[in-house]
Amino acid sequence: MTVHSEADRHRIDVLLQDQEERITRRWIDIAVANAGGHAARGALTERLREIYPALQRALAKDGENGELRRLLAELSRGQARQGFTPSETVVLVLGIKEAVYEVIEAEEDSETLRGYHWFCKFVDDLGLFTFETFAAARERIITDQAEQLLELSTPVVKLWDGILAVPLVGTLDSARTQVVMEKLLQALVETGSEHAVIDITGVPAVDTQVAQHLLKTVVAARLMGAECVVSGIRPQTAQTIVTLGIDFGDIVTKASLAEALAYALRRSGVQISEGSGKRVVVGVERA
Amino acid sequence: MTDTFEVPIDSDSDVVVVRQHVRSHALQAKLSLVDQTKVVTAASELARNTLVYGGGGRLVIEAISNGVRRGLRLSFIDEGPGIGDVEQALTDGWSTGGGLGLGLSGSRRLMDEFDLESAPGRGTRVTVVKWVR
Repeated sequence: MTVHSEADRHRIDVLLQDQEERITRRWIDIAVANAGGHAARGALTERLREIYPALQRALAKDGENGELRRLLAELSRGQARQGFTPSETVVLVLGIKEAVYEVIEAEEDSETLRGYHWFCKFVDDLGLFTFETFAAARERIITDQAEQLLELSTPVVKLWDGILAVPLVGTLDSARTQVVMEKLLQALVETGSEHAVIDITGVPAVDTQVAQHLLKTVVAARLMGAECVVSGIRPQTAQTIVTLGIDFGDIVTKASLAEALAYALRRSGVQISEGSGKRVVVGVERA
Repeated sequence: MTDTFEVPIDSDSDVVVVRQHVRSHALQAKLSLVDQTKVVTAASELARNTLVYGGGGRLVIEAISNGVRRGLRLSFIDEGPGIGDVEQALTDGWSTGGGLGLGLSGSRRLMDEFDLESAPGRGTRVTVVKWVR
């Protein structure tokens, strides 16, 4: 650092010390005004009042700004989670330039004004840092959500003793098929089930990749001694599959989940009979 | 021909986006439910080909008319390695990527018109049309 900028830094340091209350209050006003109408003034005030002394310490210690960076990272992560835009977040930090400038102008102190240029560069770096942390936090949120979605969207449910169901909704790509297959095979072992119904009512398009994934899952389940029924094939899906030329081989397919359940129940020897008063009576055939 | 729309195909999630755009355009073109499903499925196959074999590219969706009928034209364009033997690529069950080998040939059957332009090193352009019945 040159002697010149050292002097600049000192002037700003002194200014921030002397005019602390004035600058902070102005900074908070500017931040609230710029941060899009939905910012909570109370929380913002608390944050900025925490950052200000850290900023002073960073200036005094000349570049030693670990604490300041930690606070800014915390601020931008919080903003990202609450759904603020990157600019709404960065203007919070940049707002202090305006606050400081207004104070310097009011003081009519040309010496300090020279230091202002140096201060601007310092704050701009902090702004960039805030922006980067914000972007990283957003990325993190998106990855987390994608993972959660993967987990959420592939439940394995028990329909009956020995009969599992996997209702699939949405796109069936390689990653999801892997999750579905793992969960299904695991559940087959845990519950000792011999039947599984894979319901694709919620899969909008069955193309060759989806079909291939389904076939693999069925074969894997079969290797474990379980029989799979694919249900939820709609008329338009059936026509498309035929035209594409996909062969489902000897895999049992049904139009609805109800039919697939009835089939699986029959196969596992459960008898369903309609008794008097429309009551459903269930009995298991003993071999 | 008036309405054109372009979708980039650079990742797996773009294939999902392609399906969504094609579905909404097929709906707008008033294709029947079966034809909508066929067009979306063919688009899904071809978009994945563009991504996996062409190394990414783009899809151009056009609402077209031949004076009598209206239709939907989809062009999948990539600057990838191209296809050496087009005849073979269109054979049922032929795949170099471990798939079922039905993507190209199946898409041809799903659509009304199918045109494949490709040469080694010059990329691939697959144009398909579905007419409104």
